[in-house]
Amino acid sequence: MDWKLPLRGKPPRTSRRSLHWTAFASLAAALLGWWLVSRFAGLPAFILPAPEQVAVRFWKALTDGSLLVHTAATLTEVLLGLLAGTIAAVTLGYAIAKSRLFEQLVSPYLVATQAIPIVAIAPLLVIWFGPGIFSKVLICALIVFFPVLVNTVVGVRAVPRPFHDLMHSLRATRGQIIRMLEVPAALPVLLGGLRVGATLSVIGAVVGELVGSDHGLGFLVNVGRGQYDTALVFVAVFTLIALALALYGLVSFLERKLLIWQEAFER
Amino acid sequence: MTDPILIVHDISITFPDRNGSLDALDTVSFTVLPREFVCVLGPSGSGKSTLLRILAGLLEPTSGSFSFAGGRPKIGMVFQQSNLMPWRTALENITLPLELQGVQADEAHARSQELIDLVGLQGFESSWPRDLSGGMAQRVAIARALIHDPDILLLDEPFGSLDALTREHMWTELSHIWQRRQKTVLMVTHSIGESLILADRVLVLTQRPGKIKLDLEVDLPRPRADEMRYTAHFGELARRLKEAIG
Ligand SMILES: Nc1ncnc2c1ncn2[C@@H]1O[C@H](COP(=O)(O)OP(=O)(O)O)[C@@H](O)[C@H]1O
Ligand SMILES: [Mg+2]
Repeated sequence: MDWKLPLRGKPPRTSRRSLHWTAFASLAAALLGWWLVSRFAGLPAFILPAPEQVAVRFWKALTDGSLLVHTAATLTEVLLGLLAGTIAAVTLGYAIAKSRLFEQLVSPYLVATQAIPIVAIAPLLVIWFGPGIFSKVLICALIVFFPVLVNTVVGVRAVPRPFHDLMHSLRATRGQIIRMLEVPAALPVLLGGLRVGATLSVIGAVVGELVGSDHGLGFLVNVGRGQYDTALVFVAVFTLIALALALYGLVSFLERKLLIWQEAFER
Repeated sequence: MTDPILIVHDISITFPDRNGSLDALDTVSFTVLPREFVCVLGPSGSGKSTLLRILAGLLEPTSGSFSFAGGRPKIGMVFQQSNLMPWRTALENITLPLELQGVQADEAHARSQELIDLVGLQGFESSWPRDLSGGMAQRVAIARALIHDPDILLLDEPFGSLDALTREHMWTELSHIWQRRQKTVLMVTHSIGESLILADRVLVLTQRPGKIKLDLEVDLPRPRADEMRYTAHFGELARRLKEAIG
């Protein structure tokens, strides 16, 4: 996965296919190692449940409906947070990219917000906005905001001047320049930011749920821990991994669809 | 005498610079007649691109003025780099000006067909720009500059990035297009040979700040073939241009 700091330029692009295979192979190896350890290390189940125990717990959570309910709750928070954070970041990022004055006005605050660890203020947000969905969406949005903002600024600023000259010489309107030049030109970088943001959003939701809530996969982790039902913790963690991977895959799919003109995405 | 389509009057421009200011153009005046092919010749940094950018409305001159007959003209521009949008196919790049005017896609495609034939792009309509050669890309750029039937073509060293053979090939094609389409052309170049093969008139800009030093009528018969370069008259015109550039 792309855990590079989203500072400037395009995130590196590896072939999705080979990435999927490496991920699959390492997952299989980890599963085997886990099974061997649980089988021969003699640890109690509340420390390390065996894979088959987790599978049974998974089935139970699935059939009694609880897993679905909590996954839906977390997914809702993640998607709403991603949406809100992206909209805010793209809007503000565009304004920053277009105006040096505005950049100088807001950048001290933006840098300052980056210095605040979201994990540390998550309890505060839950106190202020309650244990419901809103505080989680807010945490997700905050955590998504910065990487998407940075990539928006970089993408919009990198539009070559000759393209602007061309559009102006043809008397393009402001809206046409945004729609037909700036959006497509900035899209590769923007999607790179979204790819980072999508996985960060999952983290944001879980952090919020761990701090205080009565639903979601983070809540399920807390429940499992409280009841020494470690298999349930595993179920929740694996579901979270699947969620993050699915979102990552969704953004990759979008990249392949929208950036077909880029050589890297040709078969 | 026909009335000029473009009158440029005493245009000067000064750019702010790290150490003060930089005079790029100094009281440039000239006129262009309808359907005339005028070349602006000058050394690198003499303000040729700046002049075109002013005429295209992309820059404000510091002083002086210019006017087009019939008000604000439709402009077709070709840049040194083909400047094709990489997310649009060749055809979509050509129809961009029509799209900006709100012309429907099917009508735009119909109107592009004739141009694709004219510049010899048949079969490349759905290619991505990255798959086009330099010459092909510049053909797309020329077609794009023509499709909305502009009043004037502004060409900024359009063949500067091409190899010599392709460039000479493009000269022939551009002459052909100019005669077929009856367009007024203002073309920037730093090649004496190019200006004499293509232009009715050549304006010579001096080293910075750019000032018009010579306004030369090119009275060579058309169509101009490559062999013409070896005639005495061509040599005489070339010598005068070279002298003016200094
Ligand atoms: N936007 C600008 N800001 C500051 N200086 C500029 C700008 N555009 C051009 N210049 C300067 O003006 C001079 C003329 O540039 P240009 O018109 O590009 O010359 P040419 O096309 O003849 O090579 C150069 O010295 C260039 O550095
Ligand atoms: Mg130039």
